[in-house]
Amino acid sequence: MKTLRPIVALAAVSVAGAAAAQEMTIVSWGGAYSESQLRAYHEPYSANTGVTIINDDSSAEAVAKLRAMNEAGNVTWDVVDVVAADAIRLCDEGLALEIDADSQLAAAPDGTPASEDFGDLIVSDCFIPQIVYSTTFGYRTDLVGSTPPTDVCAVFDTAAYPGKRALEKRPINNMEWALICDGVAFDDVYAVLETEEGQDQALAKLATIKDDVVWWSAGADTPQLLADGEIVMGSTYNGRLFSVIEEQNQPVAMLWDAQVFDLDGWIIPAGLSEERTQRALDYVKFATDTQRLADQAKYISYGPARASSAPLVGKHADLGIDMAPHMPTDPNNSKRTFLYNYEFWADYRDDIDAKFQAWLAQ
Amino acid sequence: MSDAAHHGSQDGLNNGPMLAADGTPLKQSLARSLRREKMRALMLIAPLLLFVVLSFLVPIASMLFRSVENASVEETLPETVAALQTWDATTGELPGEDVYAAFVRDMVVAIDAKTHTRLGSRLNYEETGMSSMFRRSGRQIKKLDPVEDAPFKDTLIDIHKGWGEHQTWAVIKTHSVKYTNGYFLNAIDMQRTPEGAMAQPENKRILIKLFGRTLQMSLIITLACVLLAYPVAYLLANLPMRVSNLLMILVLLPFWTSLLVRTSAWKVMLQQQGVINDTLVWLGLVDDAARLIIINNQIGTIVAMTHILLPFMILPMYSVMQTIPPSYTRAAKSLGANNWTAFWRVYFPQSIPGIGAGSILVFILAIGYYITPEIVGGTKGVFISNRIAYHISSSLNWGLAAALGTILLGVVLILYWVYDKIVGIDNVKLG
Repeated sequence: MKTLRPIVALAAVSVAGAAAAQEMTIVSWGGAYSESQLRAYHEPYSANTGVTIINDDSSAEAVAKLRAMNEAGNVTWDVVDVVAADAIRLCDEGLALEIDADSQLAAAPDGTPASEDFGDLIVSDCFIPQIVYSTTFGYRTDLVGSTPPTDVCAVFDTAAYPGKRALEKRPINNMEWALICDGVAFDDVYAVLETEEGQDQALAKLATIKDDVVWWSAGADTPQLLADGEIVMGSTYNGRLFSVIEEQNQPVAMLWDAQVFDLDGWIIPAGLSEERTQRALDYVKFATDTQRLADQAKYISYGPARASSAPLVGKHADLGIDMAPHMPTDPNNSKRTFLYNYEFWADYRDDIDAKFQAWLAQ
Repeated sequence: MSDAAHHGSQDGLNNGPMLAADGTPLKQSLARSLRREKMRALMLIAPLLLFVVLSFLVPIASMLFRSVENASVEETLPETVAALQTWDATTGELPGEDVYAAFVRDMVVAIDAKTHTRLGSRLNYEETGMSSMFRRSGRQIKKLDPVEDAPFKDTLIDIHKGWGEHQTWAVIKTHSVKYTNGYFLNAIDMQRTPEGAMAQPENKRILIKLFGRTLQMSLIITLACVLLAYPVAYLLANLPMRVSNLLMILVLLPFWTSLLVRTSAWKVMLQQQGVINDTLVWLGLVDDAARLIIINNQIGTIVAMTHILLPFMILPMYSVMQTIPPSYTRAAKSLGANNWTAFWRVYFPQSIPGIGAGSILVFILAIGYYITPEIVGGTKGVFISNRIAYHISSSLNWGLAAALGTILLGVVLILYWVYDKIVGIDNVKLG
């Protein structure tokens, strides 16, 4: 809200002035992530076109706010960074513009059309993929003894790894990990989770460690808990763990096993004026081309969503270390992975969340 | 006033009405000037009134209205809803071809307007699976022609087996009313079914528990605030000005610090490797292996919220205590009361209005808190507001969020009324 107010004021001023045509508001997550976008996308785009980009760190509430703006008939955002699940909901609600990848996004340098270059990552008609990130575990190297964990089921093994663990305070990902560690095959997880018995089975597995879990709701929680030695292992986004390990030099290591891939990308709000839509499309075409996506990986350890960007990923801009081994998509890290099942969670999220919260409150 | 004018006319020498200087009857002239006065007063407050109505009452009213509003089913599927009127959802048989045909006609229009997925999200709150059913079927139904491709019953069941399930149509029919009690039923762990209101399955009941917990913990927090704030306010009011000013700054300082910063500071204090536990272990009061768990549970929420809300208790208490003349206590003592009697019988009763004002303030603020419980409350220390926030920003089930908010507002109003009956609202003072 605090960041929004000056923007609204600015927007009001700019409507009066002729500068209106040269401004756009881009919504993202803030912190190191927005910083990487600023350096990889915004700065070169502004230099090329003269368009002033205003940042708004509201992505966490983007769906609710876009719906409210849409109802009020006054959408003040031009491009919004959201996770794929939110993009699907915004598309369902008619709040995001449908995109034709091949005609509206840049082709790869070798001429491969965008739809092929992004491939399966275009999970919704409105979604323009940007990065692949993963939710995975990090552990304290000094608290796990001589046998560091290599398997995600170490989370459920309180005998071998005593101490608290941090899990996100929502069913998504936790239910899958619980089922895998309860003997369900990787490919059967969602079929099992569709049934009442499967949901009970997952909760029962989680119940075995319930007293040892710290439940987090912000991505920054697990890194803080790890750094303070409050927990022995915890789930969070891989980029957060990268900064704990490489930037803050904490005794923490990654447990990539059974990491859950998720996607983050852009949507353009529905209901913008023709002129603003064109400007937003122009920005998005630039910001998701092969080179730009590879550039972002210089500043943050998230994998570019285009196949053609992967070979271009280089070294971290400030630390000078090779970024490829830190990407969730690196072959060494992705021996066993999940892709967030968007359709399943769109259907079951409310139902399982109610059961999960009721279980938590018991 | 009109009474006085009336008397005037009777006592006057003339029998006719008393006239003002301009010849109109005095009564009328007076009424006119009073009306002008009122209009002027109204004009003065008009900006504020307009502001309050537009920025406060209208949004609240429209949010509360969402808790019963349910037009989207009928608006998206008008013909289907009409056709379903004659279908009895309790017999267990699927609706006839007329419903399926009407449904395809409705869907073709809805898909064109891209409203079918929105309806899917709406119905998914009631029946899991509707969201993908509408999204997936939409792609297929788009290709159908509402006239030529009839009959549709088998075609639709081929597209998605959900259309062949009785439950699907029962849900559509049950939730096709324009104004629904469904959200309120959901808010109290019940659901709307063809057979009437039913309880939610046991493993999904959580909201009533959270309402109870919110009230109970808010009361504990209010009580803790009273106990901690009273001595501080007493000192503030009775110490010499120079010392009390310094104390006042200490009270206000946390007030000027961001809520998130204060809550995060409590995390550093309370966690198992935190300041309090470290000190206790260092002093040898607690064993290193058995560090206290005082965060991510109810204790964490109570401690952090008591601290955050304390100034709201101290300030009204202080301003009331300042108005109590010290001579009263002195008089009591000179008449033979000891220190305790003088305080309890003379000073304390006069300070009650401050306790009342502070308690109402703290309690009502506590009931609506969600950031602090979310950060330090773990699983057992979260409030109903955390669920409201979830439904507003994550699940987008604004109807349910509105129903929960309405109930919370109702509870606060009832408690306010009870307070008025027991203590009397006239007895609340802010100084």
